[in-house]
Amino acid sequence: MASKYININLKIWRQKNANSKGEMKTYKLDQVSTDSSFLEMLDQLNEQLINNREEPVAFDHDCREGICGMCSLYINGRAHGPDNAITTCQLHMRKFKDGDTIYVEPWRAKAFPVIKDLVVDRSAFDRIQQAGGFVSVNTSGRTMDANAIPIAKIDADKAFEAAICIGCGACVASCKNASAMLFVSAKVSQLALLPQGKVEAKERVMNMVRQMDEEGFGNCTNTGACSVECPKEISLDNIARMNREYMKAMVTAE
Amino acid sequence: MSVLDSKIPEGHISQKWTDYKNHLKLVAPNNRPKIDVIVVGTGLAGASAAASLGEMGYNVKAFCFQDSPRRAHSIAAQGGINAAKNYQNDGDSIFRLFYDTIKGGDYRAREANVHRLAEVSGNIIDQCVAQGVPFAREYGGLLDNRSFGGTQVQRTFYAAGQTGQQLLLGAYSAISRQIGLGRVKMYNRHEMLDIVKVDGKARGIIARNLITGAIERHSGHAVIIATGGYGNVYFLSTNAMGSNVTAAWKIHKQGAYFANPCYVQIHPTCIPVHGTNQSKLTLMSESLRNSGRIWVPKKKEDAEAIRAGKMKPTQIAEEDRDYYLERRYPAFGNLVPRDVASRAAKERCDAGFGIEANDTNEGVYLDFSSEIKSKGKQAAYAQGIHNATEEQIIALGKKWVEEKYGNLFQMYEKITDENPYELPMKIYPAVHYTMGGVWVDYNLQSTIPGCFVAGEANFSDHGANRLGASALMQGLADGYFVLPYTVSDYLANEIRTGQIPTNTPEFDEAEKRVKDTINQFLNNNGSRSVDHFHKKLGLIMWNKVGMGRNEQGLKEAIAEIDQLRAEFYKDVYVPGSADELNPELEKALRVADFMELGQLMAMDALQRKESCGGHFREEYQDAEGETLRDDENFKFVGAWEYKGSDINQSQLHKEELNYEFIKIAARNYK
Ligand SMILES: Cc1cc2nc3c(=O)[nH]c(=O)nc-3n(C[C@H](O)[C@H](O)[C@H](O)COP(=O)(O)OP(=O)(O)OC[C@H]3O[C@@H](n4cnc5c(N)ncnc54)[C@H](O)[C@@H]3O)c2cc1C
Ligand code: SF4
Ligand code: FES
Repeated sequence: MASKYININLKIWRQKNANSKGEMKTYKLDQVSTDSSFLEMLDQLNEQLINNREEPVAFDHDCREGICGMCSLYINGRAHGPDNAITTCQLHMRKFKDGDTIYVEPWRAKAFPVIKDLVVDRSAFDRIQQAGGFVSVNTSGRTMDANAIPIAKIDADKAFEAAICIGCGACVASCKNASAMLFVSAKVSQLALLPQGKVEAKERVMNMVRQMDEEGFGNCTNTGACSVECPKEISLDNIARMNREYMKAMVTAE
Repeated sequence: MSVLDSKIPEGHISQKWTDYKNHLKLVAPNNRPKIDVIVVGTGLAGASAAASLGEMGYNVKAFCFQDSPRRAHSIAAQGGINAAKNYQNDGDSIFRLFYDTIKGGDYRAREANVHRLAEVSGNIIDQCVAQGVPFAREYGGLLDNRSFGGTQVQRTFYAAGQTGQQLLLGAYSAISRQIGLGRVKMYNRHEMLDIVKVDGKARGIIARNLITGAIERHSGHAVIIATGGYGNVYFLSTNAMGSNVTAAWKIHKQGAYFANPCYVQIHPTCIPVHGTNQSKLTLMSESLRNSGRIWVPKKKEDAEAIRAGKMKPTQIAEEDRDYYLERRYPAFGNLVPRDVASRAAKERCDAGFGIEANDTNEGVYLDFSSEIKSKGKQAAYAQGIHNATEEQIIALGKKWVEEKYGNLFQMYEKITDENPYELPMKIYPAVHYTMGGVWVDYNLQSTIPGCFVAGEANFSDHGANRLGASALMQGLADGYFVLPYTVSDYLANEIRTGQIPTNTPEFDEAEKRVKDTINQFLNNNGSRSVDHFHKKLGLIMWNKVGMGRNEQGLKEAIAEIDQLRAEFYKDVYVPGSADELNPELEKALRVADFMELGQLMAMDALQRKESCGGHFREEYQDAEGETLRDDENFKFVGAWEYKGSDINQSQLHKEELNYEFIKIAARNYK
């Protein structure tokens, strides 16, 4: 890994808190190693700001390896920045050139209000899960043996591919309608594909969709930007499956 | 007798838990809603505990510092979870899992706890499948398994390289259901900063709302701490950035003993360090050792040529490669336990055979080319291609590898910009897991009555070294299958207590402690960032309390940390205010606790004049460089009592370990 160093300009959204107006601010940052991750670059900026007695930039992050779903930046007009199938924390500075100007903004959606700078409130996602994103089985352990119901590998694999959603919200941020369909459909699909989840599939999809609408997410108009920007490449098939599940539930609703 | 009563029940090991459980006190369903339980941390251990207690009907308040329980550090676990199901019919059993875990822990864990863990392991898999966790399956529709280090059976269940994610999302769905039903109240973006004791019992916590900065009082009849491990004391580790010791340390300061702090697991397969701005290290799952072979060049000049970029690993002939694990440990080969694999890598790099061109030349290869060929051949046969070409075989083999490990390979490529399907991965050991933690008895109760500790935060099951895929198992065992019983037993005496008021002097005092510390940092007006000090601490820890330790280094570490701590309080600069989202303040509060912990870790390592598991004292090794335990003098759990801010005054208590059912022997993986 031969490191190189680049100098960059940053335009970053600064906003004191939920009630104040925000604005883009410009920063210069020199000597950024191209082996650094994007967030390590922001650490470096913050170190510089702290040393200059300015307030560091607040941003969400935790695992820094693309799995917790905490990081959430809109970089140069793209959710999670200029690379495919990665989160912001997996983006590396080798994707940028010396002298680049990089725009960094928070997710923008009515259902994701800004808390501070680049940090947004995604608790709407939790409430959707609480409305139905589960199998109603108690944790007694007195269930049947794990191998009692064989599950076709293809279904298990499809369920898994839906289940790897990290709840980051990039799909919402990339959608011109700020729709949460990809996120919701991933959970609905995972559980609808497994025998354990089928039992309450109908209530689940109805409840999750109702909560999604209440949270103020927009409608899905099938533009597909969500799936393109999704770091886990969650497929649009899940939306189609959820629509089918929803229609089925509506038709058979008492 | 020691002041530590482990409360291990009488009876045969295989009956202890069943008999004990049958005699624990219960709380009747109509009384449960009168009782409040606080659960701090909603990773695997905390979310499973909170969901279970909520289902039972207790009023649960759960806390986490992330914006959602779904983001706890457990999410990052990759490789798998163990369970003694014996689905592969390769001779596994509860006893064997129990035995492997005790042996893997280098005979420094409690028999009774570990046996219980093995007993409930099967139920965990049943439970997770019932919740809709999409484990990997075979074509016949049944669950698939793989092997992990330190075992000779296939008992590890997995979901590609995202097992922790899928298990945590399962537990998250269970806790979400209870939140939706109003039985668990969830406090996201809240950090516990102290515990409140009334008449000696745990009665509540002080938490900071990380968005508004408000300092809040929460009361409960019991407090469960499930806040994860303390690997971030080293600054660089595979842990998430926010992982911290604060909750565990705060209860330690209020009377909970801290056990075996020096037992740290350094994981053999992580991506090597690349630069000074690096913020964390990334694990490449141990499951890769099922398929990858670890080697360094046999000749020093080859290693030098590689480091200088003049040679590629693929140019080194088979006979010039040193597969040092296979050479030294033929029985277990690449699947020796983590501590053994890590030290072996260090040994080769210290001897000059490292292949990474970083400051320390630290790196070895993890090579998949043999596996790609053999799996490719198998796949060709399975598809009826009998005279497959070399290219066909390699293409099929790569496909197989991608299906098994695709996300790990992608992760590796994103970080290093190298394609691991073509070139061997470069790896090196990194801090990963902490076996030490808050001392708990068989009920998982700390030395503070009413304060229970679960998951990585306690010390209970892994002795001096944890086997792969056993932390997920332990977290869920604690939360789903142990705490619901033992906490109920404790709460049976609380049904008449009534709600605990928060306007009492005890809460005033705890809140004052928290506010004073916050103000001290914000008014400090020093000149250096928190990270500056954290990195310094990390270096001391890595160099002197890391993979190899010795008396002199440990003594130096203790003194250096003392000094660093003084400097930290004098010169740290924390911008911003108390009543807003302030990540620098959060970090400062955490690093303050890491400083004290780091010193205790060094003291613990110094007192333990033997090598065992992850604790390697250079003075105590055999002729072949293997750990040399001293069972006569050190077969105990070292539990430290806090004695004021001068950590040097901390007092060591010993809990003697008794092996009734397993014959204690030297660990041998040869
Ligand atoms: C990269 C990686 C891979 C791993 N792979 C495996 C594997 O394949 N198999 C395996 O068995 N183990 C694995 N492990 C280990 C395992 O993941 C962890 O030991 C385990 O998940 C810890 O779970 P936990 O519930 O104890 O804590 P965590 O999951 O760390 O959760 C801690 C919780 O506490 C909260 N918290 C912490 N401090 C506070 C505070 N002061 N106030 C409020 N809340 C707080 C956090 O918000 C979080 O909710 C891996 C670990 C790592 C780092
Ligand atoms: S669907 Fe993709 S983009 Fe949306 S939350 Fe899940 S992982 Fe993120
Ligand atoms: S920080 Fe966890 S996904 Fe980016």
